[in-house]
Amino acid sequence: MLLQVDGLRKTFGRRVAVDGIGFSIDVGEIVGFLGPNGAGKTTTMRMIAGYLEPDEGVAKIFNIDVAQERRRAQERVGYLPEGAPLYGEMTPWSFLRFVAETRGMSREGARHAVRRAAQDARLGDSIDRPIDTLSKGYRRRVGFAAALLHDPMLLILDEPTDGLDPNQRHAVRDLIKKLGEERGLIISTHSLEEVEAVCTRAIVIDQGRIVADKTPAALIDEHGTLERAFTALTRGEERT
Amino acid sequence: MKKRPGLASMTAIYRRELLSYVTTPTAYVFVAVFLFSIGLFTFQVGGFFEARRADLSAFFAFHPWIFMVFLPAVSMRLWAEEARSGAIELLMTLPAPTWALVLGKFLAAWTVAAAALLMTIPLWISVNILGSPDNAAIFTAYIASLLMAGAYLAIGSMMSALTPAQIVAFVLAVLVSFLLTALGLPLVLDFFSGILGGGVSEALARFSIMHHFDAAQRGVVEFRSVFYFVSLIALCLGFNALAVDARRGG
Repeated sequence: MLLQVDGLRKTFGRRVAVDGIGFSIDVGEIVGFLGPNGAGKTTTMRMIAGYLEPDEGVAKIFNIDVAQERRRAQERVGYLPEGAPLYGEMTPWSFLRFVAETRGMSREGARHAVRRAAQDARLGDSIDRPIDTLSKGYRRRVGFAAALLHDPMLLILDEPTDGLDPNQRHAVRDLIKKLGEERGLIISTHSLEEVEAVCTRAIVIDQGRIVADKTPAALIDEHGTLERAFTALTRGEERT
Repeated sequence: MKKRPGLASMTAIYRRELLSYVTTPTAYVFVAVFLFSIGLFTFQVGGFFEARRADLSAFFAFHPWIFMVFLPAVSMRLWAEEARSGAIELLMTLPAPTWALVLGKFLAAWTVAAAALLMTIPLWISVNILGSPDNAAIFTAYIASLLMAGAYLAIGSMMSALTPAQIVAFVLAVLVSFLLTALGLPLVLDFFSGILGGGVSEALARFSIMHHFDAAQRGVVEFRSVFYFVSLIALCLGFNALAVDARRGG
């Protein structure tokens, strides 16, 4: 099993952000996290990526407990944080070299990994331009390339198409589908259309709990459309 | 494919941080303002020429006060900027030990301070042209000044890890640096002596940066002063790492 999550719980002060979430993912699965803002999607992803520690529960990547052996687990996962934060003054090439070397790769290993990841993320000629001068779509691709550098089997992508124009979104979706053929992927998104287009499974989260874990087709069968499924399962609530 | 992970991560962070100093105006502005200020204080306030002595005491005497203000400006962005931009999430999801991140960033800032100090070497050469100074004493004072700069930067780095606002990090670092520096002033010591007694006041003085830099700037190498600066750096960077790790708790 690529990823096994069991009883994850996280509170911020009195607010329960994630309340006993559990699921598992295998190779070849592209799992879409769906849910309203503040439902607990990002917090769950952050706990799996080792950025946050859970209050309770466990996330295991290749049977390695993320909280207990954080660095070993992080070696096996690629993570694209929400908004894909980068260092604007660097070029994609120098940024990816930096990420590769911070991951502990040798100079030669880093050079090789950067070349491969840049190709996989289709960075093209933009590799030598300052990141600040790149379009949002290309910046997102740089973030993808950074997550792919060490060729991880598990990829976690937090809102990978948020803020992109339709063409850029289309390109990123193609990339996700291609990456998902040989890996396990979790993507968080607000786009129901995206879940239908790329995901093999949809996990709907509401108020920190999983309220549905099915294929998009099964959700459509049950509710008519994904939008209706989303509204019915998340009670159409808007949270602060 | 892999070398020692912690060291490799630290080197990568160091290089990136140094690059960000040299590709933005921060380092240049710091070095320029530092050189201007140290020149102003050495020649105008310290009376370098009027003293008619071939030494650099007028130069070193102002280092604590200048460092206290300028070095927090160098260190304020180290962690606060990462938190503000969200890049801290990227850093903390890489399989790098926290000490490597903290040390890499600190060493880059220390390199900028060392570069600024190196640029004052012409002053040392000038003193040698004008007279016969005690070069060993001057060398010792430079080393002490570098160690002291490390201590101020470590304080600044620690404060930068506590807040995403650079200006708040700067103010906190200046405040703590001022307290640690001013503890060694006779005026402050007399004040504490009056309230707490001479023994306590003397003990407080031992925690002062000024107290430990005083002997070194006269060319006297004291193991306890070296130990003090190294310990202060280690302590602040330790708290820095704890503050970074505490983010994982949410």
